[in-house]
Amino acid sequence: MATRESNQQRGPFEGVLRGARPSALSTVGLVFVGILAVWLLINLIKDPQDFFVVFLIGLTTGLVYALVALGYTLVYGILQLINFAHGDVFAFTGLFASTMILSVFNLTEESSAVTIVFGLAATLVIVTAFGATLNTVIERVAYHRLLKAPRLALLITAVGMSFIVQNVALAIYDVNFRRVPELIPRTDVFEIGGVHYQWNKFAVILVTIPVLIALSWLVQSTRQGKAMRATAQDPDAAAMVGIDVNRTISFTFALAGGLAGVGGLLFLLQFNIRYDTGFELGLIAFTAAVLGGIGNLSGAVLGAVTIGLIQSFNEGLSWMTPGSDWTRSIIFGVLIAILVFRPQGLLGEQTPDRA
Amino acid sequence: MTEPRDNGPNGKRRQGAVTGLSAVQQTWQSIPEVIRRPIPLAIVLVLALTYPFIYKDLRSLGELGDFFPQLGSVVIILVFTMMAVGLNIVVGYSGLLDLGYVAFYAAGAYTAGWLASGQFEEVNFHLGSSGITSDVTGIHISLWLVFLIAGAFTAITGILIGLPTLRLRGDYLAIVTLGFGEIVPQVVRNGDDFGGFNLTNGTFGINPIDSPGFGDPLHDTLGLPVSYQASFQRERLFYWTILGLLLLTVFCSVRLRDSRLGRAWIAIREDETAAAAMGIPLMRTKTWAYAIGAFFGGIAGAYYASFKSGAFPSDFYFNISIFLLCMVILGGMGSVWGVVAGGLILGWLNVEGLAVIGSKFNAAAGTDFEIAKYQFGIYGTIIVLMMLFRPTGLIPERRRKRELEEGVHDESLYEVSH
Repeated sequence: MATRESNQQRGPFEGVLRGARPSALSTVGLVFVGILAVWLLINLIKDPQDFFVVFLIGLTTGLVYALVALGYTLVYGILQLINFAHGDVFAFTGLFASTMILSVFNLTEESSAVTIVFGLAATLVIVTAFGATLNTVIERVAYHRLLKAPRLALLITAVGMSFIVQNVALAIYDVNFRRVPELIPRTDVFEIGGVHYQWNKFAVILVTIPVLIALSWLVQSTRQGKAMRATAQDPDAAAMVGIDVNRTISFTFALAGGLAGVGGLLFLLQFNIRYDTGFELGLIAFTAAVLGGIGNLSGAVLGAVTIGLIQSFNEGLSWMTPGSDWTRSIIFGVLIAILVFRPQGLLGEQTPDRA
Repeated sequence: MTEPRDNGPNGKRRQGAVTGLSAVQQTWQSIPEVIRRPIPLAIVLVLALTYPFIYKDLRSLGELGDFFPQLGSVVIILVFTMMAVGLNIVVGYSGLLDLGYVAFYAAGAYTAGWLASGQFEEVNFHLGSSGITSDVTGIHISLWLVFLIAGAFTAITGILIGLPTLRLRGDYLAIVTLGFGEIVPQVVRNGDDFGGFNLTNGTFGINPIDSPGFGDPLHDTLGLPVSYQASFQRERLFYWTILGLLLLTVFCSVRLRDSRLGRAWIAIREDETAAAAMGIPLMRTKTWAYAIGAFFGGIAGAYYASFKSGAFPSDFYFNISIFLLCMVILGGMGSVWGVVAGGLILGWLNVEGLAVIGSKFNAAAGTDFEIAKYQFGIYGTIIVLMMLFRPTGLIPERRRKRELEEGVHDESLYEVSH
């Protein structure tokens, strides 16, 4: 599939890099990137301290997005399916984590540090398992029968599943936002030149980085990971060499769900969450996955951090920023621009020209 | 006319009549097809046209009567059905999944808001507006003209959205349309201060919006209403007009399907590569689908804005796009009458049905269950169940049905491409 299009469409920037005459599209793209760089630079000069604070916030948020974006990219890589329900799985796991923390482990700000650490660790494990189970069940119930059906049918089913998961969460948790007490203190990890970095943000990095390393190891160096990559490349050929394709697909969904679970817990520790949080966040994460090059794991992380930075720059910087009213539009604008100017994403090689 | 035709679409049913020997069926069969075919449609039409006169009696039929919607609700149902028929051109005919149709609805509604209200106080422009004195500020253009302009404006919006994105296939297109569907409402919501210029009046929306009417000269000579909104028969007038608009949309839709362009759409839907090989210009054909689908969405949006005399940003959220998509899927992608049926069913559920069913259920079971709260869960379930068990919809497109019955179908019945 991929070979047919490989020389059909090249990224507009490639032409520029090779010295070819730039097309109108790529010029527009480059000008836009240039303006963006100048804007960032001016903001940096005007208020460096603010800039770095906002940068660190963006980095942290971006890493949470990365966990969700990886779920999209993993599933897309193997089924070429935009799993619309993924964002809602993420929100559901977040809500589930709030039940765990508030009702099962009864963690409060007054709990001892040991209780909190063990409680959160246990929550993390349980929520990961929950996300993995939920996502696998969705795959089994809805997508599995349609694997041989046209891709549009699968995509529409995913949209439907998204609403079902959302409404199940609504039925259980109602419309109110859920939040947990500040379990991780806001004391500084470090402070350089007025730029503070607190433990509650650092905890995100402490969890995310090992998870990402483990994921990368799993995909690159284990038998199961090899099976995943083979199935992603060509399911039929993978089946022919003895890979259990169905099992691999289920495993991928479980993995994606588990990552969503981790993301859900981390998100909950910082923000409020409710039944429909997953819709917007899912779109943001999907944008991140597309930005990085869908199907590409490191791309998803890069894209997510970029989106996190775009969001926090837009909401946190002071000079000439549109502000949080426009965050959604900006992120979707980025999505559309990427798809128009560079459909293969920042790190991707394939064109998405396979419906 | 008793001898069976070789391959008519009703071939199967006719065979059943011969063996079934039902007297009614035989009489029905003996009517010439020219007369027979339009009869069901004619009955439905007569019922629809007379609904304003009979709905009050129907609603007083005790328990059963609650299932008949109010006239005002029917107007809303028909507006959404019209949008679904428009969306069907994009999704059903051409196989392009559009998850941002609400953007067209918004574009249409705001066109009406701009061109037929007091939004722009600085100007005082009147063109054929009825029921408004000429000293009222703002732009006031006759609503009939505004509907056309809204359609054209929305179609251009559709082309502008389509040009960069239709290059992408399938699911990427879906996500880009979704992105536009999210951006447009936000622009509308934040559009009260574009460098000091109030374009959309922000979260308060634009109201009041003028209503259609025929003006004083036609009122005096033919007895037509001056202005719908001011008339005592307001709901009836809006009802008959939207019924006409819907029928027009259905008519255009059917004619388009059988036209050269429509056949090109279906060819693209069935196999994009093969269609291109046969000389169908992909981009142009797809853009036409987008523009025409958007056109009807724009008119419906403008009409709805004029009916409720306002355009508010809270009306345009993502779920509407999914709701419309659900109508198309329930009815049968590509099947015009199917989509009309799906639109009527879901529209009714949305406006009144769920509430009625919910209250009846609660009364019977003694529970306190808010069924309307879970409406989108219900639509989601409908989507998934349809996709799993009856992907062709309630009333499958005749073409697909024939393919299925004659065993010439392959796996890619409604695939965008491979």
